[in-house]
Amino acid sequence: MTARFLPTLRRLALPLALLIFAGFPFFANDYLLDVAFFFGIYSLLGLSLNIVLGEVGLYDLGHAGFYAIGAYATAILNTRFGIPVLLLLPVSAIAAGVFAFLVTSPIIHLRGDYLCIVTIGMGEIVRLALINNPLGLTGGPNGVYGIDTPTLGFFAIDSSLAYYILVWVVVGASIIALRRLQRSRIGRAWNCIREDEVAAQATGINVRSHKLLAFVLGAALAGVAGNLYATKLLVVSPESFTFWESCLMFSIVLIGGMGSVPGVIIGAAAISLFPEVFRSFANYRMVIFGVAMILMMMFRPGGLWPRRRGGTEARDLLQRLWRRNA
Amino acid sequence: MPETGRETVLETRELTKRFGGLTAVESLDLRVHRGEISSLIGPNGAGKTTVFNVVTGIYTPERGTVEFQGGDITGKKPHQIVEKGIARTFQNIRLFPNLTCMENVMAGLHCRTTSGLAAALFRTGRQTEEERRIVEAAEDRLKQVGLWETRFELARNVAYGRQRMLEIARALATSPRLLVLDEPSSGLNPRETEDLMAFIRRIIRDEHLTVLLIEHDMNVVMGISDWVTVMDGGRKIAEGPPRQIYHDPLVIEAYLGSRK
Repeated sequence: MTARFLPTLRRLALPLALLIFAGFPFFANDYLLDVAFFFGIYSLLGLSLNIVLGEVGLYDLGHAGFYAIGAYATAILNTRFGIPVLLLLPVSAIAAGVFAFLVTSPIIHLRGDYLCIVTIGMGEIVRLALINNPLGLTGGPNGVYGIDTPTLGFFAIDSSLAYYILVWVVVGASIIALRRLQRSRIGRAWNCIREDEVAAQATGINVRSHKLLAFVLGAALAGVAGNLYATKLLVVSPESFTFWESCLMFSIVLIGGMGSVPGVIIGAAAISLFPEVFRSFANYRMVIFGVAMILMMMFRPGGLWPRRRGGTEARDLLQRLWRRNA
Repeated sequence: MPETGRETVLETRELTKRFGGLTAVESLDLRVHRGEISSLIGPNGAGKTTVFNVVTGIYTPERGTVEFQGGDITGKKPHQIVEKGIARTFQNIRLFPNLTCMENVMAGLHCRTTSGLAAALFRTGRQTEEERRIVEAAEDRLKQVGLWETRFELARNVAYGRQRMLEIARALATSPRLLVLDEPSSGLNPRETEDLMAFIRRIIRDEHLTVLLIEHDMNVVMGISDWVTVMDGGRKIAEGPPRQIYHDPLVIEAYLGSRK
């Protein structure tokens, strides 16, 4: 039964999702819209880590560091120089991307768990640096206060609804961009590296530059998420960017399915909505979470929505190309 | 040895590779001539695969040089060497197991295409055109090696013999001038081996390729090679046309031990 049911589900998923996102504000209150906002933030973070972990197979457990760089770039530049926060969106992306380039360049050749350990260290160093208030910029453990709300011309984004729309527009744009990358020679090169690094080199793929590109893009998208997070909370502090955040992002990609965009969205839903649903059993939340993770790995090790690879994807590509050139 | 009228494609000079205290390859002079099939043979541990890994850039030699088509490629990165025109396969097949056969071959075209990040994000006309070229070239390669029906199967799901052909198709997709095959017949049955050898002869003729291979199967080596180099203990002990090698006492000794 599931064999016939699943393909239908996959086909209907996109229109269904769009319908839900468009219809949601009509019956949701501010609390639900806020939950949906953070679902959006975690979707962005999941998508950003997915580039590094899902597409290239690099174990990055310090992704919260890039998220923090994006959030603090926005917070500091906005509060010091009064630059509008929406203008800082690309600035945050670039700041996180440049930072990623600098810190991962010397470690990019490390494999598997070695890279994992170093990225954990990187994430912790960023967090501790923020706490230590370098040059009086980051406000130490208290963080940076008084960030402006975004404005688009005369239209201020200050309601839960406006934030909801803002974050999901960014998620939508990111999804389109990532799907295009997946279906390009860069995306294929990333997957080749994940599958077999030596074979990828021997097939003419510049492994180093493609890994770096993945880190820079992944960090940039995390920086975007950081910007949106800062504009929503109006305050950023180091405790929002702990190792635990990196673990959550890692879980999103694993739960959803490595390299699968819809999978990551489902993973983000699981991670961001789960605590809300189980709020009443606050004490057992982590136990339930742990059991759910173990069951997942036992019964669906490829994730909830793994990327389908066999026929259809290649066929899609061919069809698209033929149509265009017919 | 007189070598008139034969153009050298690949030449190593005094090539030496050590692993700690072990000298895997010592002062090796190897020559591969254009349009020929050269074989590198020798008992286990003779250093054959190490030579391949140095030539294709996976290892950097301690001493000596590798020259390809007149240019020095010593110490270059593997992907740069592929760009220069040397493609290889591995002794224990190394495919991209969770990608389709089609995608495996498309990967070979990576180094012959240029579309970057912006082109992919904005789907420029040039990028679409290039993608089309990649697909078409990959399709041609799959037909050429007889894997057309399995093009949408994951590489790990196709039979062993077909995986071997897929690996060769991927190597050919990089448009090489020199194809380096590490024990192409291992794990194949006699029938498949024969087909493979016929295929190699055909592509050499049709695509003006040169082939260097490591081979254990003596029937294969003697049947297909134009030139044979024999290694033992990291050194070259003999080279020449197959018939001459077949009767070389040094070679017989390396393989079977001395009579004493």
